[in-house]
Amino acid sequence: MNSNKAITIHPVTRIEGHATITIHLDEDGQVKEARFQITSLKGFEKFIRGRPAEEVPRIVSRICGICPWMHHIAATRAVEACFGVTPPPVAEKLRELCLLLAHVGDKILHFFFLAAPDFILGPDVDYSVRNIATIARDQPELARKVASMRRLAQKMLEDFTGRAIHPVACVIGGFSKPMTLKERDSLLSGARELLDFSLYALDFAQKKVFQAYREELATLGTITTGFLGTVDDKGLLNLYRGNLRLMKSDGTFVDFPPEKYTEYISEKTISWSYGKIPYAKAWNQGFSMDLDNPRGIYRSNTLARINVAESISTPFAQRALEEFLERFGRPAQSTLLYHWARLIELVYTCERAVEILEDPDITNQEVRVKATVGAGTGVGCLEAPRGTLIHHYTTDDRGCITKANMIVGTTHNLAPINMSVAQAAASLIGKNHQEESLVNKVEMAVRAYDP
Amino acid sequence: MKESGNKTTVALQGLHACSGCEIALIDAGQQFITFLEDFVIVHLPLLMDHKYFEVDAFKGQAHIQIPEAEIGLVSGGVANEEQEAILKKMRDSCQTLVALGTCATHGGIPALVNSWTWNESLATILSTCSTEQPASTPKDGLPRPLERVYALDEMVDIDMYVPGCPPRGEEIVQVIRALARGEDPVLPQKSVCDTCPALRKGKVATKAVKRFVENASFDPDQPLEEMRCLLEQGFMCMGPVTAAGCAGAKGPGCIVARVPCRGCFGPVKDGGNQMLDMINGLASMGVDWKSIEDRRLLLRFMGAHGLLRPASAVGDEIENE
Repeated sequence: MNSNKAITIHPVTRIEGHATITIHLDEDGQVKEARFQITSLKGFEKFIRGRPAEEVPRIVSRICGICPWMHHIAATRAVEACFGVTPPPVAEKLRELCLLLAHVGDKILHFFFLAAPDFILGPDVDYSVRNIATIARDQPELARKVASMRRLAQKMLEDFTGRAIHPVACVIGGFSKPMTLKERDSLLSGARELLDFSLYALDFAQKKVFQAYREELATLGTITTGFLGTVDDKGLLNLYRGNLRLMKSDGTFVDFPPEKYTEYISEKTISWSYGKIPYAKAWNQGFSMDLDNPRGIYRSNTLARINVAESISTPFAQRALEEFLERFGRPAQSTLLYHWARLIELVYTCERAVEILEDPDITNQEVRVKATVGAGTGVGCLEAPRGTLIHHYTTDDRGCITKANMIVGTTHNLAPINMSVAQAAASLIGKNHQEESLVNKVEMAVRAYDP
Repeated sequence: MKESGNKTTVALQGLHACSGCEIALIDAGQQFITFLEDFVIVHLPLLMDHKYFEVDAFKGQAHIQIPEAEIGLVSGGVANEEQEAILKKMRDSCQTLVALGTCATHGGIPALVNSWTWNESLATILSTCSTEQPASTPKDGLPRPLERVYALDEMVDIDMYVPGCPPRGEEIVQVIRALARGEDPVLPQKSVCDTCPALRKGKVATKAVKRFVENASFDPDQPLEEMRCLLEQGFMCMGPVTAAGCAGAKGPGCIVARVPCRGCFGPVKDGGNQMLDMINGLASMGVDWKSIEDRRLLLRFMGAHGLLRPASAVGDEIENE
């Protein structure tokens, strides 16, 4: 065998970003190194410098067309910390509601449009038909249902705030408009419909999807790492705000306010990717992606949040979490369990959205206080679909950005994705897999992280 | 070229952008599902598994394989050599090529980076507060960056422009359907203001432009028709210099949120310059345009075509003011 043989997956498909995988093999055809490469760089941390900070929440939304709300809200909060302004309570509720609805739409999109073809159609079917178009042809009822539910979540955001993609309603000092009673009624009926769907989706996935893939669920891309996620002051799951909880693979953890993230996390640069690689420097183990002896590696996103949380505040999601813990323990390490955790979160986000909409204060008209531009520094942190999202800005006395640092959800998972690719490739190579099927199974391990 | 009976073939490729245009298409909901049924999608990496780089194992070189399509859509601008090669392949493979979204038509938000050189930007990215030093420079096995972000028509001939950040999903479907019927799709020719129901009286409240750190004045229980024009309330609103197309049933998206327009559909006319047009407009209304903080940000969606350049290369009077 050629000594420098490499398997290249170019591009990785059915993911949101742009990435390439290169798996280098040694003389014996065994995996020497796997690289999940981020192939382009946009430079937001550079080009928001000098900008009036209140404009930034509507610029950084363009980091991601799939999760623009998360960047929009995190940036708003970071700028508010710079300017020293506190939004009224109802503005926080409106923002959390938007964050939740955006999570709902995202989870439907990821599970059913991007990931499900691997499970519903099977990982070994021909690549040319392994997609949502085939599901639409073979199972039109299912396709119509998921498309209409995705549409409903986005439509609710659009009807209330004007725009679902690249939103503008979160403003420095609060929210740009209050919710009218009429809007509340319509949103509440939509949220209840989404909640019904989320329960159906969890049941569908457990009975029709995960059941058939028990082996893959346990083994594909499975690695042993720590986890990072946001919890409230009682340790409950919170996507909107709270402390960061950094858990080791043995289940011990430390909680810290997001403002202190640089004391716990550091980012490595590498010569073969534009993605920086965060690791837990607070563990004082250094950094290594060695599968047998990883050091400093933690994961983010749904499985991480389910692992670090003590419990979930809403009843249906809590019941689903208990079942999950009973079957897989805590912290669960199997990579494909990200999908399972994603559906538990789908239920939670719908339940929590209903809860917020049932709060009589949601139609309070005091949605914004006037802000004064000025110098300061601030961190905005929340849980995006792909993981913990951190925006960190400094402003000058004209209220313009002088420095910016961002760690986006997927970035936290770059080291784990590299490791899962290596693990999946190592376990599959040499076992009579056709290269095309092998490639897709490696990608399935990547897709679980929803990069 | 037609396969599966008489269905039209479509290829959709994203370049230097955020996938928001593709998401807008998916969010057309039922219209998206019928679109999947009525057309043959031959290439759409966000949703489909076609690996279009075929690596020559002996030379290590990648050949791009994009199936032929009657209609091709490209979202995003071009920022590196790989994206440039993919765009040229799309041009070769597609009979009609559509620039989808403002990144593709004018550079979009990512072209804000054109105000710095590549090395200046990279140096900042590699030295943020959580980045370990000394930093490695990313280069191994990565596409070579171009010196700036380009709009598509700076690289290849474009047959149709559909701006928007993002364009409306229904609009994307309508454009594709019209092209498939052999018609010229008709896009809005007017400005955002022409689609905005807000109340205009022809007078501006203040002489200096207000920063958006307080809400506009409006009654939330009343429709947009009852809200005074945001520009006339003294806020920077770029509706007058921005192409229409964002408006749904209730009005332009940002105005529905009671927030001023920032120009995401690009200029109203070909070759328009949103910064100069806005400054001229404000001056004619008696507003002190020098009160605008960071005037170059008026080009935030159209930094390609050489409009945003590194400071060392900028010589026009607006910048030197």
